[in-house]
Amino acid sequence: MSTTVVALKPGAYGFPISLRKRYDNYIGGKWSPPIDGEYFDNITPVTGQVMCQIARSKAADVDKALDAAHAAKATWGRTSGAERGRLLERIAQRIEDNLEMLATIETWDNGKPIRETMAADIPLAVDHFRYFAGVIRAQEGSIGQIDSQTVAYHYHEPLGVVGLIIPWNFPILMAAWKLAPALAAGNCVVLKPAEQTPMSIMCLVELIEDILPPGVLNVVNGFGLEAGKPLASSPRVNKVAFTGETTTGRLIMQYASQNIIPVTLELGGKSANIFFEDVLREDDAFYDKALEGFTLFALNQGEVCTCPSRALIQESIYDRFMERALKRVKAIKQGNPLDASTMLGAQASNEQMEKILSYLDIGKQEGAEVLVGGKQAHLDGDLKDGFYVEPTVFKGNNKMRIFQEEIFGPVVSVTTFKTDDEALEIANDTLYGLGAGVWTRDMNRAYKFGHGIQAGRVWTNCYHLYPAGAAFGGYKQSGVGRETHKMMLDHYQQTKNVLVSFSPNAMGFF
Amino acid sequence: MGVLETTGVDATAAAEISDPPQQVLTTPAAVALMETLQAKYGPLMFHQSGGCCDGSSPMCYPLGEFMTGDSDVLLATIEGVPFYMSKPQFEYWKHTQLILDVVPGRGGMFSLDNSEGVRFLIRSRVFTDAEIAALRAAGRI
Repeated sequence: MSTTVVALKPGAYGFPISLRKRYDNYIGGKWSPPIDGEYFDNITPVTGQVMCQIARSKAADVDKALDAAHAAKATWGRTSGAERGRLLERIAQRIEDNLEMLATIETWDNGKPIRETMAADIPLAVDHFRYFAGVIRAQEGSIGQIDSQTVAYHYHEPLGVVGLIIPWNFPILMAAWKLAPALAAGNCVVLKPAEQTPMSIMCLVELIEDILPPGVLNVVNGFGLEAGKPLASSPRVNKVAFTGETTTGRLIMQYASQNIIPVTLELGGKSANIFFEDVLREDDAFYDKALEGFTLFALNQGEVCTCPSRALIQESIYDRFMERALKRVKAIKQGNPLDASTMLGAQASNEQMEKILSYLDIGKQEGAEVLVGGKQAHLDGDLKDGFYVEPTVFKGNNKMRIFQEEIFGPVVSVTTFKTDDEALEIANDTLYGLGAGVWTRDMNRAYKFGHGIQAGRVWTNCYHLYPAGAAFGGYKQSGVGRETHKMMLDHYQQTKNVLVSFSPNAMGFF
Repeated sequence: MGVLETTGVDATAAAEISDPPQQVLTTPAAVALMETLQAKYGPLMFHQSGGCCDGSSPMCYPLGEFMTGDSDVLLATIEGVPFYMSKPQFEYWKHTQLILDVVPGRGGMFSLDNSEGVRFLIRSRVFTDAEIAALRAAGRI
């Protein structure tokens, strides 16, 4: 069934992994070929070569997955929180036991450096399953005494069948963010991975397929138009959770309005990372941390919804801070994502690279100054057909499009401010409000900005931390709802109220 | 395909006359892809996306599939196809001319170019001061 790929280009590099030539859908606990037999090639952005084929599913496959999910939902919804928690814990352990294998597969599929998949993507996915395995057991309803003879019971019930549409920037982790709470809450799911990175999730499913009852987890691959849209618009899903961009977010809300179902949308951001002059008061560990905080725009090749892609530097420290910050950026090692010392890997797809290059062009046209980088990176040997972009720092002003649009590449746009008021005004002058960063030694200022910035998360003297117990989500056009944190259970449940009267007497109306 | 010559489309001449410049231009490859999609799906529309992942993609839908409203601006009708953007986003984009191009790759999400092996891509050009003045005078921005 599976073929061991020893010499997956470029060479037999890194942890040995075993890939199938073709990945079918996973429906009702079985590997299920697409009904019309079509597959598409899955290309690794590392080398631009084909790695495997993936089911190119259509509406009929989505229907089949929904049939399986609906068949399983009653039994799964009745399992105890303890039982669901136990199974999620087993999933967490299985992933953890295979960390290096999954990290390697994720790197091949997405192009991100192996040191990130080893230290972040996969361990965080483990942590999310473990967290929701725990919190579901602690979830309680409530009892309210309305009056001396009337009691209101509130408890949680699963929604039923939920549709999860996953982005390509953190394929396994973003799947875990949605799967762990959805399953913990007692739902059956139909998950549609991104067609740019469809493989790693199937490898994960292969690893855990003996754990969940058939039909609880169903995965359908294919193109957004052919498989994602039938899932998002199906009257047989009770909720859609989507991570992506604004136009599709609106369209999903539109479909949801036709079916009267809730949605959770995470639609991106343009996060400001603010550096106050007091950061430079000492040349110490904290200053070093702040410099790393600036450079985190390059984490995951900038393909993070919360990429700190706008850096606001207080004018009085601009020259001194940027001298050190640019040194840090120039020290970024770009290259083979499978090499453990590589810091910056490949963009996830050719089209993503093309989009980034179009923004490098518009930035230059708008008059932004290129402080470092600014073009496609042409790497040698096996990497020559991969999708690489130089880490880029622009200097400009907040009205430029490179300050207002999510480039989703290793690109940061830097500007200056004089006062706290100006910093806040610039930080909030954006359509989005997903994340922000504040760097200061002044506690009062830190709190002021934590409250003042209109974003779902304000990292304060840190950035790009994603613990399972902290809520993540957007203000303004960055979306609707939250992910991570135990509050997610509510997002995948509905409230049942049983209102009980102890009075033997009629109300007296009739 | 790839980086297409956009200079064939005369963008700057408009500045010398009082007519405002076009806000959306198309490359020949874009027109060809639009024709392919029209033949398959009938009349089309575009809505310019923003945000993460496939953000910044010009999403192409069957006409009427995507509900537009008072929160959208009709930037242009290109080859008979309306091209929309949300009003708040347009506030940040209005000083640039959009050039609808095509590159190899997969189109975004539910966009009709999703499964064609090529996809629409927006390139941009900053309007000159004279062009901005003409657009303002015409009430376009």
